[in-house]
Amino acid sequence: MAVKVISPGLSTTVQDLGRPGYYHLGIPLSGGMDRFALRVANMLVGNDEGAAVLEAVFTGPELEFTAPATLAVTGGDLPPKLNGEERPGWEAFPVRAGDRLSFGFLKSGARAYIAVSGGIDVPVKLGSRSTYTLGALGGHEGRALKAGDELPVGAGKAGKGSVPAALRRMPGSPAELRMLPGLYWHRITAEAGKRFFADTWKVAPEADRIGYRFKGGTALDFVPREQPFGAGSNPSNIVDACYPYGSIQVPGGTEPIVLHRDAVSGGGYMMLGCVISADMDLIGQLQPHAPARFVEVTMDQALAARADRQAALARVRDHLGR
Amino acid sequence: MTIRFSFGGDEHIFGEVSESMSLEAFFTSLSMTNAVKAAGIKGVTEICPANASFQVKFDPDRIRPGDLLKELQGMEAAASQSDASLQTRIIEIPVLYQDPWTHETLMRFRERHQDPTRTDLEYAAEINGLGTVENFIKAHSSQPWFVSMVGFVAGLPFLYQMVERERQLQVPKYLRPRTDTPKLTVGHGGCFSCIYSVRGAGGYQMFGITPMPIYDPNQQVSYLREEMCLFRPGDIVKWKPISRDDYDAALEAVEANRFEPVIRPATFSLSEFNNDMAGTNARLMEALHGR
Repeated sequence: MAVKVISPGLSTTVQDLGRPGYYHLGIPLSGGMDRFALRVANMLVGNDEGAAVLEAVFTGPELEFTAPATLAVTGGDLPPKLNGEERPGWEAFPVRAGDRLSFGFLKSGARAYIAVSGGIDVPVKLGSRSTYTLGALGGHEGRALKAGDELPVGAGKAGKGSVPAALRRMPGSPAELRMLPGLYWHRITAEAGKRFFADTWKVAPEADRIGYRFKGGTALDFVPREQPFGAGSNPSNIVDACYPYGSIQVPGGTEPIVLHRDAVSGGGYMMLGCVISADMDLIGQLQPHAPARFVEVTMDQALAARADRQAALARVRDHLGR
Repeated sequence: MTIRFSFGGDEHIFGEVSESMSLEAFFTSLSMTNAVKAAGIKGVTEICPANASFQVKFDPDRIRPGDLLKELQGMEAAASQSDASLQTRIIEIPVLYQDPWTHETLMRFRERHQDPTRTDLEYAAEINGLGTVENFIKAHSSQPWFVSMVGFVAGLPFLYQMVERERQLQVPKYLRPRTDTPKLTVGHGGCFSCIYSVRGAGGYQMFGITPMPIYDPNQQVSYLREEMCLFRPGDIVKWKPISRDDYDAALEAVEANRFEPVIRPATFSLSEFNNDMAGTNARLMEALHGR
């Protein structure tokens, strides 16, 4: 069984739940940006939740299947079409040999997850099938798909069912991204901190798997200091340090960048804190120009939000009888 | 040095040993991350040493953030007193300074630079009071550099110059980062040099390029079969200025997979280095050249 790529879409990559353990070498986790949608897509087709799927951003690919299989498309509302006929998202459906899957225009969200029963069976690199395009590692030849690619698919089990809207999750408008202040938060003035939370930001065009840039808010005022040796002369500079996933750096104090699954592992810009783990999936579903706010939370609230997300996933498992 | 701890969201603890860069801060950070590794704490998923800080990623479903913080704080006293010495390697990196590829790239991004009328090297020579590019290259390449962090992108080394602080070269980063940097560019920002392991965005000034691969996701390059990334924190680097002919010959050897990097075992002790930098560096050069 294989999936043939007729046309790749804007940027479609193979992703699973990622590649932990190599961040100290600058090799990031990678994996689906919306992990909830990735897990649910796999559940619907009878795969392990962490099987490799295709992640499409903004526009979908056109694919042809060489053998029968079960498919499901989750994530943003990118309507799947089987042989030209629209199919619902978040629902398992069968395909036969020779069938073609294409997509309509994106209606909401940003990324769709296309799961095939058996999972995309590209070689495992450093413990994962995820594509890290900047490092040309993993996935299909370390890159986004191209027309003419053929992806092997593993042996699958039968999947079935659908997941109603009430069990899904998409960002609101404005999106509310909960964040725990910390790291170099002390470098900005109290007034700048208040404005950071009060402002409504917009996703900038520079938004990808490495990070999401936000614009339209107030530039930060820094607490004056003599810059430490080795940091660089801008008040937003620090001695190059590790960057956590979800960390919010503000080069020059103007446009915050939230690092995501393909994060650069370190660098020389101060960070205000991190978007909490529970809200990372939401960022993956934001389009350029989407409004967003940062909402301050405590560690206890972050952990409660994390538990809520696990409960939401458990409800999907229950619903699908897994 | 008291470590400043801070949570990075619900999955990371960040520890800043010092706001400013020094090898003392690096060694404390390395001792801390080695201690965390050795302790085998459940729920710890990534341990990342950096120049003067470090980061531990954890799974809060397996260990409570406050409990991990207490464990790390308990390691601090021992880490700051540990013996700052290493069994390490010295690696020679051939560099074609003022190469045509970084030159073409820096010309494309002139409006993002502090001084659009000059090249990155001319600017760096001027602000470090060295007068000419030739003097700057000599200052950059005559003494070894210490790998104090690996990261940013896969396998990229941050390098700290092994000379007295007043002689260390310092250059600001670009005003706005470039969207492009040639693969294997030798760059510099703040007090750090680096080698860009892959093509991509970057904010460091660009001085030259090396023909020697330092990252190979396909693990085909002879010396990168075991590990995709050449560098580890604690490695020592010596730049070797080369001509265009040398560069072309080295590249041909790389493409035929018969390029042999010069990598030798070496020892490093911070107290010995602080007492006698010239003597330490001379011994490192002897280790490199096998005399």
